[in-house]
Amino acid sequence: MPLDQNLTFMGYRRPDGKVGVRNHVLILPTITCATQAAHQITQLVHGTVSFIHQHGCAQVGVDYEQTFRTYVGMGLNPNVYGVVVLGLGCETHQARSVAGEIAKSGKPVEVISIQDSGGTLMAIAEGSKAAARMVQEASAQMREVCYFSELTIGTECGGSDACSGISANPAVGVVSDMIVEAGGTAILAETTELIGAEHLLAKRATNDRVAKRAFEIIDMMEKRAILMGVDIRTGNPSPGNIEGGLSSLEEKSLGASAKSGTSPLTEIVDYAQTPTQKGLVWMDTPGHDIEQLTGMAAGGAQVVLFTSGRGTPTGSPIVPVIKISTNTPIFNKMSENIDMNAGTIIDGEESVDEVGKRIFQEIGQVSSGKLTKAEILKQHDFGIWRIGPTF
Amino acid sequence: MASNLKTVMMKPIDKVAIALMAIPPDSEVEVTCQDKTFKVMISEEIKFGHKFAVIDMEQGEEILKYGEVIGLATKKILAGEHVHVHNLEGIRGRGDKVAT
Repeated sequence: MPLDQNLTFMGYRRPDGKVGVRNHVLILPTITCATQAAHQITQLVHGTVSFIHQHGCAQVGVDYEQTFRTYVGMGLNPNVYGVVVLGLGCETHQARSVAGEIAKSGKPVEVISIQDSGGTLMAIAEGSKAAARMVQEASAQMREVCYFSELTIGTECGGSDACSGISANPAVGVVSDMIVEAGGTAILAETTELIGAEHLLAKRATNDRVAKRAFEIIDMMEKRAILMGVDIRTGNPSPGNIEGGLSSLEEKSLGASAKSGTSPLTEIVDYAQTPTQKGLVWMDTPGHDIEQLTGMAAGGAQVVLFTSGRGTPTGSPIVPVIKISTNTPIFNKMSENIDMNAGTIIDGEESVDEVGKRIFQEIGQVSSGKLTKAEILKQHDFGIWRIGPTF
Repeated sequence: MASNLKTVMMKPIDKVAIALMAIPPDSEVEVTCQDKTFKVMISEEIKFGHKFAVIDMEQGEEILKYGEVIGLATKKILAGEHVHVHNLEGIRGRGDKVAT
């Protein structure tokens, strides 16, 4: 049965026409030196979020660009109402340049520099004043009717077990297909965990260029391990994956790729890049949960679906992450962290389609304001995929 | 009682099935996938989520799950044996296998 193209939720309309499911004021530190001051601002001002990281200086070339794109993407994410960009002053990733790119979207942006402010305390004061103004403006904005076709849903699996490829991942695949059918965008990512499944995805590409790119990015990821002279299995599958019954990266990948459903693959985008196409899009990210999540958030995902067999606390400062367990025992054991259970498929109580539909409905609720467990527990994870050394 | 032991096999061409509950040694299980049925005598404990062979495999043989290759058998594997990192070797991303 074809999905209604007019499925709606209640979201926040941005000046550039995009739609947010949250209305955060983001304190964005573009350099590790500013992360503590940014954190202090979030302690002072209600309604603000930030994140700790160790980047933003002594980076060059494509690695510089990727980190820059990630900062800008976090600010541009439609779940963010406005941004206070906080820099030190002398770093390579200039707060002013990041702020300039974000401001093009029309959302409120302020720049604070610790050196220009005359130190940490004044920077915190100035940043807090700017943030407080934005928070009040943001609080006056009402949710309005928005369409599922305006949603970009990130999909991710972390702490996988042998049930992942049987229960939660195929159920997320059903959701992915439903989102695509509703006219929206579904992001598949974690290139490392698609090694061994690339031929199946390439077959679904809408054109030869996308198919070729699928093999290219897999080859590049595999070569990174080969260049290091290491067995990729020393890091992936992880000890927890192995304990859960996964024996090889290929096995994990075939289970991971089930999250993509059956839709045609319309585009492959770089890390933290915003998709230009609707439908199923593959973002080139590592398998590292937090780096992948950050890439998808910076690429504009408003909601992320995260399946786990071992159980994880994962969350983002700006994107609600709906966590779905692959088996019932872990759902019962970590219910404070996990939102939904797909273990009912293993138990024979629900079909893959039924769980998929349940997750789809949850997306509507979360997009309209229902908080996820990770949001309630303030699990504000952030990590950039670095692709070059620090100098 | 074979019928009480829950397992799943993803594709009929697969050589392994998955235990959906812990299976004790010396249990007989019946695994069905579409038109194929295997009667397998489990020879060692299979933990929840772990795999067992539904047919015999030679050393070096490709091991199939989801209808796709998940690795090679590093030794002869008999039907009913646990299939995991001790007898299955992934073949992708193996920088350690490249001669320098």
